Amino acid sequence: MLAYIARRIVYVIPIVISVALVCFLLVHITPGDPLVAVLPADASQELAAQLRSAYGFDRPLPVQFGLWLVRALHGDLGNSIATGRPVLAEVLRAVGNTVTLAIAAAIIGFTMGILLGLIAGYFRETWIDKLATSFAIAGVSVPHYWLGMVLVIIFSVQLNWLPAVGAGPNGSNSWAWDWAHLKYLVLPAITTSVIPMGIVTRTVRALTGDILSQDFVEALRAKGLHERGVFRHVIKNAAPTALAVMGLQLGYMLGGSILIETVFSWPGSGFLLNSAIFQRDLPLLQGTILILALFFVFLNLMVDIAQAAIDPRIKRG
Amino acid sequence: MSELPLSATSDAALQAAPATKARGYWATVGRRIRRDKVSMACALVLLLIFLSAILAPWLGLEDPYKGSMIRRLRHIGTAGYPLGTDELGRDMLARLIYGGRLSLVIGILPVILAFCIGTSLGLVAGYVGGKLNTAIMRTIDVFYAFPSVLLAIAISGALGAGILNSIVSLTVVFVPQITRVAESVTTGVRNMDFVEAARASGAGPLTIMRVHILGNVLGSIFVYATSLISVSMILAAGLSFLGLGTKPPEPEWGLMLNTLRTAIYINPWVAALPGAMIFAVSICFNLLSDGLRSAMDIRN
Repeated sequence: MLAYIARRIVYVIPIVISVALVCFLLVHITPGDPLVAVLPADASQELAAQLRSAYGFDRPLPVQFGLWLVRALHGDLGNSIATGRPVLAEVLRAVGNTVTLAIAAAIIGFTMGILLGLIAGYFRETWIDKLATSFAIAGVSVPHYWLGMVLVIIFSVQLNWLPAVGAGPNGSNSWAWDWAHLKYLVLPAITTSVIPMGIVTRTVRALTGDILSQDFVEALRAKGLHERGVFRHVIKNAAPTALAVMGLQLGYMLGGSILIETVFSWPGSGFLLNSAIFQRDLPLLQGTILILALFFVFLNLMVDIAQAAIDPRIKRG
Repeated sequence: MSELPLSATSDAALQAAPATKARGYWATVGRRIRRDKVSMACALVLLLIFLSAILAPWLGLEDPYKGSMIRRLRHIGTAGYPLGTDELGRDMLARLIYGGRLSLVIGILPVILAFCIGTSLGLVAGYVGGKLNTAIMRTIDVFYAFPSVLLAIAISGALGAGILNSIVSLTVVFVPQITRVAESVTTGVRNMDFVEAARASGAGPLTIMRVHILGNVLGSIFVYATSLISVSMILAAGLSFLGLGTKPPEPEWGLMLNTLRTAIYINPWVAALPGAMIFAVSICFNLLSDGLRSAMDIRN
């Protein structure tokens, strides 16, 4: 097991470096000067040159990348152009809110998905299966930002039950686990949960169907094992794949939260990314994307290791 | 045919059985998908949306750009404005139909482009193998380190707002996914006997890829690509929704959804209409892709 973990970690290192390279290059594919957001329109040539060398933009690209990487390894992702505060601190604070949202959505989406998937897989080709499958297809096809709007229309505008935007009373940014704050989490979490719900349902349904049609299930039933025992075998065999899919979905929720956070003004990393884009705050944009991508890589690594821990066949493969 | 009672259908199927064998693969797939009611219904809805978008100027609609301050945010069902008016008093029906033009193009074009690029890359990587395969596939792996929404937003955020940039960023998102599928199916086919036979009879690598492999892998890649259209529609409209795609006053569903967000307290259901269009197109493509997949799986 340790050898497997070591091998996976070694495999991740080049990925991490390439991710950093992509994030670094993002700033350089931007049209025009990366300084355009900080430079006043009537800046003199000397001022522009001064700023350029202050930010290190006058050096060759590989040197800039090396310096940036070394600084990033020390936890220095530069300062936000808009606020002047360190990027890392800004991103980490926002990521906390995104994690809260993603975990709440994961609890809803994965529970629903596993239940619906198991039921659909067990009762294949019945109306229950059709209902669960339609639910799943609707979940993966719905533009989730629109679903968020529709939920706001129903539960905030028409019924006035839940708040429409924000993450706490009086625009508070600090999260707490009480009803006053939880009220704000309900709609964004439900909205975020529909895609993972749909995908997990489809995966678990397919897995359950496949496993139930295998010979060993027939053998288990023939030897007189009660249905609950058969069910345990189904779960055990479905777990590694289902876990991998759920891990990936959790990563998508963390990294792809920008649309939902924009709809609900949820003060997470997506919301930060949105403001970074529109204020052309390139260090913040770069830093947010880097942190989110590293999160995703790390999560994938964890999923691989967890999968291998459950299913010994994977280690040998 | 489909209205016959069950026994008659199976009799007819039995009699038709010998003829089926003589038919080609694609004819069989076509026949199977025509029997699938859900797929046909989706195809019909999509056809209607496509046709109305193409024929929009000849449908006698209001001018989708002409607004009026005195008739803003009319409700659905107002005389003369069957679907109401938007926040600038423009006719929603006209804007939704005209909106289909841009929305469908920016949603579908990335998948078509990625299909062409990804298939070529995957075919070459899978057939040539070796160092070239490693180089292509390891580069692809880097893009897999980003959640796709994040990658799309990162690229179009860096490139700046605009239709072209949003198409580019979505193409970049889908190329790796299609390449991976194309590479894996090509690897599965390349060692088959008929490829060996073609090589033995002197066919060059390009000919083998084009004639012998492409025909065998294109189907699976195509089905995979159709399943991406739904995601692409949602993401393309999503980029416009964030303000990274289409610019006002162009009618486009994602952008309309964004500008109408301020109206949800005044006229909520008009504000929700553009999203319903995205949903309709996306779910139809998903169901159609599922239908195509099972129609192509002849073994069942």
